[in-house]
Amino acid sequence: MAVIRNLRTGAWRVVELITTPVVPADYLDVIAPLRNANVLRARVDAVRPETDRAVTLVLRPGRGWLPHEPGQYVRVGVDVDGVRLWRSYSITSPPARKDGRITITVNAVPDGAVSTHLLTRARRGMLLHLDVPTGEFQLPAARPGKALFVTAGSGITPVMGMLRSALHEMSDVVVVHSAGTHEAVVFGAELRTLAAEGRIRLVERHTRTDGRIKPADLDDLVPDLFDRQTWACGPNEMLDDLEAHWADAGQADRLVTERFRPALISAGGGGTVTFTQSGTVLETDGSVPLLDAGEAAGVLMPSGCRMGICFSCVLPLREGAVRDLRDGTLTVAEAGDSIPVQTCVSAAAGPCRIED
Amino acid sequence: MTTIQRKKSSPIAHLTPEDIEAIGVELDAIRDEVMNSRGEKDAAYIRRVIAWQRGLELSSRGVLLFSLFPPAWLVGTAGLSVAKILENMEIGHNIMHGQWDFMRDPKIHSTKWEWDHASPAEQWKHSHNELHHTYTNVVGRDNDLGYGIMRVDEDQRWHPMHLGQPLWNFINACFFEYGIAAYDLELGKNLATKERRQRPEFKSALKKVRRKIGKQMLKDYVVHPALSGPSFLHTLAANATANLIRNVWSHSVIMCGHFPNGVETFEKTSIEGETRGEWYLRQMLGSANISGSKAMHIMTGNLSHQIEHHLFPDMPSRRYAEIAPKIKDLFQRYGLTYTSGPLPKQVASAWYKVIRLSLPNRGEAAIRRPKAVKPVVASDPSARWRRASAAVAEAPAAVAASAAAASSAVAASAAAASSAVADAATGLAGTTTAQA
Repeated sequence: MAVIRNLRTGAWRVVELITTPVVPADYLDVIAPLRNANVLRARVDAVRPETDRAVTLVLRPGRGWLPHEPGQYVRVGVDVDGVRLWRSYSITSPPARKDGRITITVNAVPDGAVSTHLLTRARRGMLLHLDVPTGEFQLPAARPGKALFVTAGSGITPVMGMLRSALHEMSDVVVVHSAGTHEAVVFGAELRTLAAEGRIRLVERHTRTDGRIKPADLDDLVPDLFDRQTWACGPNEMLDDLEAHWADAGQADRLVTERFRPALISAGGGGTVTFTQSGTVLETDGSVPLLDAGEAAGVLMPSGCRMGICFSCVLPLREGAVRDLRDGTLTVAEAGDSIPVQTCVSAAAGPCRIED
Repeated sequence: MTTIQRKKSSPIAHLTPEDIEAIGVELDAIRDEVMNSRGEKDAAYIRRVIAWQRGLELSSRGVLLFSLFPPAWLVGTAGLSVAKILENMEIGHNIMHGQWDFMRDPKIHSTKWEWDHASPAEQWKHSHNELHHTYTNVVGRDNDLGYGIMRVDEDQRWHPMHLGQPLWNFINACFFEYGIAAYDLELGKNLATKERRQRPEFKSALKKVRRKIGKQMLKDYVVHPALSGPSFLHTLAANATANLIRNVWSHSVIMCGHFPNGVETFEKTSIEGETRGEWYLRQMLGSANISGSKAMHIMTGNLSHQIEHHLFPDMPSRRYAEIAPKIKDLFQRYGLTYTSGPLPKQVASAWYKVIRLSLPNRGEAAIRRPKAVKPVVASDPSARWRRASAAVAEAPAAVAASAAAASSAVAASAAAASSAVADAATGLAGTTTAQA
């Protein structure tokens, strides 16, 4: 066996020499982009409109994909006008489909570059970049007997993933879902069918006509509210209200919430800069380049021309916002991102984390 | 300005400091317009060039498996030469400049790219992006001026060794990638003393170059010939020829960028406290373009737009042609010479200079090179990116102070100016250490 292994590594070395300075996978990418084990990609196999503001993409993930748990999300990298932007989307298909495919459902976000792009431009055959699935918003292995899902708008997507994979393992499920109108309910037909078949009890609220559900309303809508294990997903204000309601009742541990939107990144001037490797934290104002601020605080940083042309000082922005001091361009990274920025001409535009 | 192109007066004597800053403001506006419109078409372009180059390299190497047959040898060698030129010029050079970093594609990024060249990307980026592009045409600071082996300016002291420089230049052209690797290593300086030879930074850099060259050699002169079986020697010769053609081609293109008649050089002291406008002006005077077809521009990696490239080194190369008319117009309006010419003419002009300067000067070098800026005391590198309008960010106190120092430094003594040089030198040393 050892001989075969050595032969195989030896042969691979030769292949690597054939293609040096690039790796063999770079050539393979031209023919079979899903075969690259180091760069996880997916091909769009089908595009299905859900509502006029939501679309489901059927994806075939490439090599390196790991099976997901119902309720988890995946970060998707999409080239929007030539720039790769990453966003998180809930997986709406059950795990381990025989055809190996997954679905994500994209809801239009006002002024959302990626969601708008996918809604209008996603086509069969399009390539996307993927991360492995992640997220703590999951059902326990021992499925709850009595479950409640409180969702609003696109908050239904992770719950749909849960219902599609584990509804048959739960005996008593209530879904309280709010959307603007009857037509705006994503998966509306499927939810109503499940309700008609008696597999779930569905409370559907159209907020445009009936207003929003208050946590207190839930006590009436779901009389055995606190006997149930509850999962909630939707706008931050709704989740804040629900968490307060459950906490007041001393039942905080029976509620699991999922937030799509992180705290808004301030795009002002200056902020707290955290260098993730050295652990240095410092306050800067909006006119001092990250490089100067970091060096003044003793962080060892790469540097070069110090005028924005040589790209020797580029470091990944892991989270937060920085502004290019030359033309004011704002670069924003969300948790999980790694966007290289030129530290010699970029200043903090809010709290940010730099990998030094 | 050299002896052989001596002029009666400085080419920028007619410009006021306000003119120079106005040039800077106009160039910033051109830059902003293009940089804000980078998008899908640019991304598609570089991906297309990469795919095309890889296809061409792969098929040429495929054809060379049968290089025993003369037609296969010719076609394969021609294809491989073009592929290697594209890889170095339009792809490698430009990606490592960060021109495509805006795409946020880790596969096409200045921090990740490695190229088909003897010099490892990291070392080349330091000497090229950082030293050459910041200190363009500053004698003593920009190693691209003569690569440390040639006399390229009449103000450099003549030495009998310079008689051989046409020969050195020819040899450098043939083995250009190794020449570049040697000078990225600053071999001349680093081999000079035992202490320098023993420095761990130098030893580690040397090891990286050796490993890189080893891999490159194994690929072109062992693995691919071996794959060709009976065509071993023919493929080896084909690969050597392709490398030679690539080397001579890139050497010629690069000579055309800063050597031909009409290109200015600058003194070390002239760049202290340089403002953004003054930096731009130095790039404008210190570069020359090559005119030609679209294919010509691609094969030179758009270094045929050397002036535009030096003004905006991180602008996607396919946009240089688009801004060239505006830049040319700017030159005209400010009474500056936009140096440009067809490749053969520019190559001849550069070679003439190399040959002419291999001989000692005729007469005294009476006229000095233009001083783009007045020497000032402070040397704050941020002056080079801080914009005159200050619309984006408020200039911090340090810059304001240096500006004040600048205005009061008009009457500064030569001693003060030379101390500024010393300050700048220590500043640079500090930067280099941080880099290592």
